[in-house]
Amino acid sequence: MTELKLPSIDYAAIAPILIMLGVALLGVLVEAFVPRRRRHLVQLSLSLLAVLAALVMVVLSADARLVTAGGALAVDGPTLFLQGTILVLAAMALLLIGERSVERGGAFVAQAAVTAESADDRQQAEGRNGATEVYPLTSFAIGGMLIFVAANDLLTMFIALEVFSLPLYLLCALARRRRLLSQEAAMKYFLLGAYASAFFLFGVALVYGFTAGIPGRSAGVDFATVHAAVNESPSSEVLLFAGMALIAIGLLFKAAAAPFHVWTPDVYQGAPTPVTGFMAACTKVAAFGALLRVFHVAFDQAAWDFTPVLGVVAVLTMLIGAVLAVTQTDIKRLLAYSSIANAGYLLVGVLAPTGAGVSGTMFYLAAYGFSVLAAFAVVTLVRDADGEATHLSRWAGLGRRSPFYAGVFTFILLAFAGIPLTSGFMSKFAVFGPALESGHAWLVVAGVLTSMVLAFPYLRVVVMMWLSEPGETTPTVAVPGGLTATALMIGVAATLILGVLPAPLLDLATDAAAFVR
Amino acid sequence: MDEILTYAQAEPAGTVTYAAADGLLSSVWLLVAIPLASAAILLLLGRRADRWGHWLGVAAIGAAFVLGLTSFFQLRGLENKSVELSLWDFITVGDLRVDFGLLFDPLAAVFVLLITGVGFLIHLYAVEYMAHDEGRRRFFAYFNLFVAAMLLLVLGNNYVMLYFGWEGVGLASYLLISFWYGRPSAATAGKKAFLMNRVGDAGLAIGIFILFATLGTTQYDEVFSSVGGLASGTVLVLGLLLLLGAAGKSGQFPLQAWLPDAMEGPTPVSALIHAATMVTAGVYLIARSNPIFSANETLQLVVVSVGALTLLMGCVIGAAKDDIKRVLAWSTVSQIGYMFLGVGLGGAAYALAIVHLLAHGFFKANMFLGAGSVMHGMNDQVDIRRFGGLSKYMKITWITFMMGWLAIIGMFPFSGFFSKEPIIVAAFEREGWTAWLFGGAALLGAGLTAFYMTRLFVLTFHGPKRWTEDIEHPHESPKLMTIPLILLAIGSVGAGFLLATSVPDWLTATAGLGGEHAEHAAVLPHWLLTTLSLVVTVLGAGLAWALFRNGTATAPQPAGVLVTAARRNLYTDAFNEVVFEKPGIFLTRALVFLDNRGVDGLVNGLAAGVGGGSGRLRRWQTGFVRSYATSILTGALLVVAAFLAVQAGWLA
Repeated sequence: MTELKLPSIDYAAIAPILIMLGVALLGVLVEAFVPRRRRHLVQLSLSLLAVLAALVMVVLSADARLVTAGGALAVDGPTLFLQGTILVLAAMALLLIGERSVERGGAFVAQAAVTAESADDRQQAEGRNGATEVYPLTSFAIGGMLIFVAANDLLTMFIALEVFSLPLYLLCALARRRRLLSQEAAMKYFLLGAYASAFFLFGVALVYGFTAGIPGRSAGVDFATVHAAVNESPSSEVLLFAGMALIAIGLLFKAAAAPFHVWTPDVYQGAPTPVTGFMAACTKVAAFGALLRVFHVAFDQAAWDFTPVLGVVAVLTMLIGAVLAVTQTDIKRLLAYSSIANAGYLLVGVLAPTGAGVSGTMFYLAAYGFSVLAAFAVVTLVRDADGEATHLSRWAGLGRRSPFYAGVFTFILLAFAGIPLTSGFMSKFAVFGPALESGHAWLVVAGVLTSMVLAFPYLRVVVMMWLSEPGETTPTVAVPGGLTATALMIGVAATLILGVLPAPLLDLATDAAAFVR
Repeated sequence: MDEILTYAQAEPAGTVTYAAADGLLSSVWLLVAIPLASAAILLLLGRRADRWGHWLGVAAIGAAFVLGLTSFFQLRGLENKSVELSLWDFITVGDLRVDFGLLFDPLAAVFVLLITGVGFLIHLYAVEYMAHDEGRRRFFAYFNLFVAAMLLLVLGNNYVMLYFGWEGVGLASYLLISFWYGRPSAATAGKKAFLMNRVGDAGLAIGIFILFATLGTTQYDEVFSSVGGLASGTVLVLGLLLLLGAAGKSGQFPLQAWLPDAMEGPTPVSALIHAATMVTAGVYLIARSNPIFSANETLQLVVVSVGALTLLMGCVIGAAKDDIKRVLAWSTVSQIGYMFLGVGLGGAAYALAIVHLLAHGFFKANMFLGAGSVMHGMNDQVDIRRFGGLSKYMKITWITFMMGWLAIIGMFPFSGFFSKEPIIVAAFEREGWTAWLFGGAALLGAGLTAFYMTRLFVLTFHGPKRWTEDIEHPHESPKLMTIPLILLAIGSVGAGFLLATSVPDWLTATAGLGGEHAEHAAVLPHWLLTTLSLVVTVLGAGLAWALFRNGTATAPQPAGVLVTAARRNLYTDAFNEVVFEKPGIFLTRALVFLDNRGVDGLVNGLAAGVGGGSGRLRRWQTGFVRSYATSILTGALLVVAAFLAVQAGWLA
C-alpha cells in the first residue's frame, strides 16, 4: 500500500471559503440550540460577521497568486476580485434578507403549509420571528460561490455549483406571500438546474476523455491538464469541442443566457425579493467568474474558435432580454429580463480574449450587482396590505406619493439604461471597449441597439411613476428599516460613485485581471 | 509680435493698447453689479419688496450715475484714456481665452453717462407712471436688469462680453415689451421683437465666431491691432455680419419692423430702451468696431446706404401714422438712420454720430415721457387725431415737448441743430455722386422730420379739441413725472451746443476710434448747407403747420398711393410676410408632415415591431417546465452542433 501523500494547503488563501462554510455549519447548530426568540439576531449577526471576516481575509491575501489544495483551487487576481465582489454584494443581500421591520416576521416562512395572514402565520411572525434557516442556507450558497470562482478543476467547479445551487433552490421556496408561486419557482429552478448540471457533468466527462493519452501526463480535469491537452492530446477534437459546448451550456444556464434563460423570469418573480436580489447579483458574479476562468484558463488554446457561436448566444440573449422586457407588466419580471439582457452584455466582455476583457467584465459584474440589489431593495418597499405590489400598473403615480424612493428608482433605472454619470454607462463602456479592440464590432453594435430597445421599458416605468396621477390602488412606500435603508444607500451610492469616479475600481480590476494556471 | 506690428503699420488707427485700471477706476465693475444686485433683490424678495422696491430700483441707478460721473472725471485726468479691468477668465477652452473684463474709455464713458443719467430720470418718472400698476416691483426689477445688461454691453472689453450684454438687453427688452402680457398685442409684440432680434443676433454671433476663427481672439485691443492683416473679403463678410446684428438691435433696414410694435410696452420702457439707449447699441457696435469698418470701403458704403434708406423710410412712415408713440418710434428709426449714416461715413463723422446719439437720447426720452404724460392725462389715449388743444391744460408737458420738438427738427439753437447738421455736411463731403445721393437723402430727411414732428406737435397740443367723450378735463401729471421732463427739456435745449463742442475732442482719445480719413471738400460750401438745412426744416414745419393748424379728421381718410403705402409701413411687413413668413410656414408644414409620416412612421413602426415581436415571443414563456426543458435542450443541441461545426471547420 503506497503512502497517501497529502496535498499542501494554503489555509490563509482559502480562509474566506472556510469561514463561510464553517459559519454555515455553525448556523445549523444555532438552529438546534439557540432559543427561538434570539435566533434571528444571532443568525443575522453571525452571517454578517462571517461575510465581513471573509472579506477581510480576501483583502489580506490580496497579493496571493497561487494554486493550492492539490490543484483544486486557484487563488489569483480574478478569484480575489470576484470573491470580494460576491462578499460585498452578499452582505447587502443579507441586510435585505434580515429586514424584519417592513413586514412583521420578514419575507420568509418556515412551514410550507401555513398560509399567509392565518393565525398560525401570525403566531410564527410574532413569536418565532420568521424562518432563520435562510441564514445558514445563504452562508452555504455564498461559500459555494466563493469556491466556484476559485475552482481550478472542472470537478471542483461542479461540486461548488451544486453547493451554491441547492441552498438557492430552497431559498426560492421560502416566500411568505404568494407561497404557491414561490414553491412553483423553486420546483422549476430545481428541475431545470438539475437538467443543466447534467449537461455540465457530461461535458466534464467528455473533456476527461479528451485529456487521456497525453505523453507524460495522466488524464485529469484540472485546467492545467486541459490546457495542455488542447494542443497535445492525440484524441479526437470532437470530444473537446462537444465537451466544451456542454460545459458552456451548464454555465450559461446559471448566467441566464438565451436560450437557457427560460427559468429566470419565473424564478425571479416567484422567489422572495431579497433572494431574487441575491441571485441577480451574486449568482451572476459566480457564473461569469467561472465562465471567464474556463475560457481564459482551460480552453484559451482552442484559439477562441468558438467566439462566433457564443457571440450569437450573446446577441440572442441581449435581443430576447430587451425585446421581452418591453411587454412585461410585473416589475420583478421586468428586472429579470433586464438581468438576461445584461448577461448578454457581460458575454461580450467574456468573449474579448484580452486582460481588458477580463477586467471590464469584472467591473461590470460589481457595478451591476450594486444597482440590481438597490433596485430589488426598492421593490421590497413598494407594498400594500397584501405584500409587495409588483404589478407595474400599481406603480403609476408613485413619484407623487414618494418622490424620494421614486427618484432613487429612477436613478437606478437610468443606470441600467446606461446613462452617463452612472455606473451603467461606465460598465458598458468597460466591456464594449475591449470587444471593439478585439474586432467584435458586431457584438458592440448589437449591444448598443438592444440598449436602445431596453431603454424603452425602463423609461416607461419612469414615465409611469412621475407623469401619471396616483390612483386609488397606488401603494405606499413602506418606511424601510435600517437594514434595507443601508443596503439601498450602499447600492445607490456605488452606482453613482462608479459612474463618476470609476478609476479606482477599474484600476483594481485591471491589476487583478491575470489568471494563474 | 513682429507680425502684429506689421499689421499695425498697415492699419490706420495704429496698435491699440489699453492701460490697466487702478484707483477709483478699478471699481467700475460696480456700475454693472449695483443694478444687477438690485434686480436680483427685487425679483427674489417677491411681494415683500412691493412697498419700497421701486425706490431701491431708482437708488441703484442713481448710485450707478454718481459712480459713472466720478469715474468719468477720474478718466479725464489720465494720459491713456482707455482703462481696462480684467476681472477673471470667463471662458478658457482650447485656444479660446475670453476675459471677463471691462473697458472704460471715452466712448464707454459717454455711454455710461447717457445710460445712467437718462436712465435715472426715466426711473424717477416711472415711479409715478407705474404707481397704479400691480407689477411695479417686477417692472423695476426688469428695468434694473436692463440697465445692468446695457452697461455690461458698453463696458465689456471683448466681443463676447458685448454679446453677453447684447443678449441681456434683448431679454430685458422682451420682458418689458410684453410686460402687460395679458394683452395679446403686447405678447405678440414681445415675440416679434425677440424673433427679429434673433436674426440680427445670429449675425453678430457668427461674426464673433469669424473673429475667433481668423484672429484667434475676441479681445478688442487684439482684434483692432490685427484686423488690418485680414483679407478684404473676410473683413467684408465680418463687417456685414456685425452690421446685421447692429441693424437688428437698432431697428434698421431690413430688420426695422419690430421697433414700432415694441411700443406696446409701458411708456418709460419706450423712452429708455426703445428710444434712448438699447436701440443705439447698434451704433455703439459699429463705432466700437470702426477699425473693422474703416478697413473696407464697400462696407462703409453698405452702412451709409442702410442708414440713408432707413432714415427716409422712417420719415415717410412716421408722417402717415396716427399713434403718438408709433410716430415717435418711427422717428427713432429715422434718427438712428442718421447715426448709421454718420458712423458709416467714417473718420471724424464717427464722433458726430455719437454726438447725435447722445443728443437724441435726451430729446427723444423727453418726448416719449411727454407722450406718456399726455396719455396719463387722457385716459391712455394714443391717437393724435383725438388730441388737440392740450397746450392749455398741460403747460409743463407742452413746453417740454416743444423743446424736444424743436430739438429733433434741428432748429437753431436747439441740440438737434448742432448734432444733425454736421452729419448732413459730412454726407456732402463724400467723393463724386455719392455725396449728392447721401447728402440729398440727409437733407430731405431733415425736411420730412420737420413735417411729421410738427404734425405730431400741432395735432396734440394745438388746434381744436377732438377728444373722446369720456374726457372732460385733462390734468397735468404729478411732479415726479414733470421734474424729469423739465430736466430732459433743459438737456434738449442746451446739450447740443455743449456736446458738439466737447465730445468730438473727448472721443478722439478713444483708442482705435476715428482713424485717419482722407478729407474731401464738401461739394457745396458749408454756409450754404447750413442755410439749406434750416430752410428745408422751416419749410417742412411750415407746411405741417398750415395743414394741421385747424385739426384733422378723426376717422381714416382716403389717401393717395404714397400715403397708403406709408400707412402700411411701406409694405415692409407685407414683404416680410410673403418672402419669409409664408415660405417659412410652408417649410414648417412640410417638415412636420415629413416628421409625422416619415420619421415618426419609421420610429413608430420600429416600436410597434418590437412590441409585436415581444408579444409573440412572450407566448413561448408558457410557464411549463417541460417546454422550458425543451427549449434548453433545443438550444443545447444547436450550441453543441455549432461547436462541432466549428471544430470541423465549417464555420471558421
